[in-house]
Amino acid sequence: MTAFLALVHTDLLLYLHNRRALLMSLVAPILIGAFFGSLFNQREAQVQQVPVAVVDLDGSALSAQVLAALRADAALKLSTPDAATALDGVRRGSLRAVVTVPAGFGAQAVAALQGRADKPQLALAHDPSQNVVLPLLRGLLAQHVSQAVAQTAFGGAAPGSDGSAPRRGPEFSMPFTLQETSALVQKRAGDGYDSYAHAFAGMGVQFVLLMAVDTGIALLLMRRTGLWQRLRAAPLSRLQLLGSRVASGAVIGLGVFVVVFGVAIAVFGVRVQGSLPGLLAVMAATALCSATLGLMVAALGRSPEATRGLAILVTLLLVMLGGAWVPSFLFPPWLQTAAAWTPTHWAVQGMDAMTWRALPLADAGLPVAVLLGFAALFGAVALWRFPWND
Amino acid sequence: MPSTTTAPLLDARHLAKRYGTRQAVADVSLQVAPGTLLGLLGPNGAGKSTTLSMIAGLTPADGGSVTIAGQRQADDPAAARRHIGLVTQDLALHDMLSARRNLLLFGALHGLRGAALAQRADVVLAQVGLADRAGDAPATFSGGMKRRLHIACALVHDPALLLLDEPTAGVDPQSRLAIFGMLEALRAAGKALVYTTHHMEEVERLADQLVIIDHGRVVAEGTLAALRQRLPGRQRLDIALAATADEALLAAVRSLPGVHQADARPEGLALVLADSTAPDAPGLAGCAAVVLALLSARGITVQHLASQRATLEDVFIDLTGRQLRD
Repeated sequence: MTAFLALVHTDLLLYLHNRRALLMSLVAPILIGAFFGSLFNQREAQVQQVPVAVVDLDGSALSAQVLAALRADAALKLSTPDAATALDGVRRGSLRAVVTVPAGFGAQAVAALQGRADKPQLALAHDPSQNVVLPLLRGLLAQHVSQAVAQTAFGGAAPGSDGSAPRRGPEFSMPFTLQETSALVQKRAGDGYDSYAHAFAGMGVQFVLLMAVDTGIALLLMRRTGLWQRLRAAPLSRLQLLGSRVASGAVIGLGVFVVVFGVAIAVFGVRVQGSLPGLLAVMAATALCSATLGLMVAALGRSPEATRGLAILVTLLLVMLGGAWVPSFLFPPWLQTAAAWTPTHWAVQGMDAMTWRALPLADAGLPVAVLLGFAALFGAVALWRFPWND
Repeated sequence: MPSTTTAPLLDARHLAKRYGTRQAVADVSLQVAPGTLLGLLGPNGAGKSTTLSMIAGLTPADGGSVTIAGQRQADDPAAARRHIGLVTQDLALHDMLSARRNLLLFGALHGLRGAALAQRADVVLAQVGLADRAGDAPATFSGGMKRRLHIACALVHDPALLLLDEPTAGVDPQSRLAIFGMLEALRAAGKALVYTTHHMEEVERLADQLVIIDHGRVVAEGTLAALRQRLPGRQRLDIALAATADEALLAAVRSLPGVHQADARPEGLALVLADSTAPDAPGLAGCAAVVLALLSARGITVQHLASQRATLEDVFIDLTGRQLRD
């Protein structure tokens, strides 16, 4: 065997010998590939229902007919809360849009179709981060409203009721106009959805998590050295030893968030449209949660080599599920449900809420509470499973 | 158990530790008085590090007890640890922090604060000869300097008991001498020291008491003089040869009268002669004569010949049947 082949042979043996690394090098691309494949799968494309609300202030037979048609549409998941609740739902991201049917709409629409009145106006307040659903909503409203108005006016089907797009022309026009507005609170001109704010939140969460995992791996490495023995030989409690690592990790993580958002604000014009204390609270809770995750990695890992790949894979999956890479509304419904069980989802949601969603401090409460809950869980597992006597 | 004239600072009794099916430490007791250096000797795997680890409170003992400065470790581990300075075998330093910052950290871990901590850091930096490098990071230090700083970190809180696990591993002779001087000064200052090493000459120079352990048990203990008395009248004979000593030659040498033990060394032969005080012993001269005659008969050139009293290593081999580095 030549020296060259001997070197190659040795490298292959070493690669095959490390079963965990081998497994990770195969499992990681498969899992991540499966994740993205499921998002953009055309073979088994499922219609994802768009959650929208309709506020019917008209209460006419025509508006009831429109409501029934929208409810029956497979593309929509329709709800009919009151106006304030509906708008709140759009602002928080649980609804994509709210359609308000004003009082007198039915009668005016019929009159407009017959040329006896001006066209009435439907109000469409939407989540600007999800403009992708707007064309669908425009089309469905045009179809179902036109059909209902035509039926009421002429007792027959409206043009386009066979599923084709309604025609626009001198012989037929929409019997209503659509006023589209952002549902977000705009305190200043230019406020509203900011893709930079979401992107910096997602990437901040990702890298703070990766840093925390790296800290856990470093602790695993330290356990092999005299430094760990000497720290343990000091008159410190286990809580002090591990708690100090969590505290330093959380402070560093918070610092990373502050710098990342500082650059986002200074360079990319991101604005904290909601609550700055709320944003800081979400950042702090995320940093704490990440630090405890790193500690749990150190507690559960057997060796740095064996743990590194698995920990990074879990982190990437958490980040993907959290919507840091791809907005979570693009996920299949089951994945959206699963995402709600990840801390990253709440971190990104919380930061979005405090930045471009312009929600008040109180809306940071739930994300912070969930993140602190995860932190408590990770910390408890770390304390429980940390191998002190190896 | 070594006798002590004052109350022992460290009193470890019947320590035992099992890892799975392996009994790492079966029954080890140590007593160390203030101002005393106890050398803990044993081959690899004898249980030295496990014993130190149990004394330091890092490894829970399966049996036995440890009392440090009157404080039972089992009752209050943190209180017992305050009296201990641990010098681990592996370096325990933050390489990128300055020497002084390292000392401040370890002092703070033991409860020192403010001016008292700063003062102690300066004292130990001077003690280990690193005062002029206080602001430099250990990453820039030589191996010997790192070792000295490593020891300083264990001293910064002024512990009464210093546990040293092979503290001179990998250091140059000059640094080793510096460390010896430092340890002798600490002993003179009333500290109690427990010192494990593979180097017999180190404990022969430093140790007031010796404990030899093998297979997790104490096989001998006492002062160096007392242990040497186990081989009274015995002499070593080291013979440098031009050729390597093979098994046939060793067997022939071992069969000679007056030869108690014969081992091959890279440079030739190491013999321990039988007790010269025995009535029928041939004595050093007689024994040397027959060995040289044998070598001459086999055509083996002798390059050098030296004799000395039996060493601690001879005692160790006599007790354990193997060399210290085995």
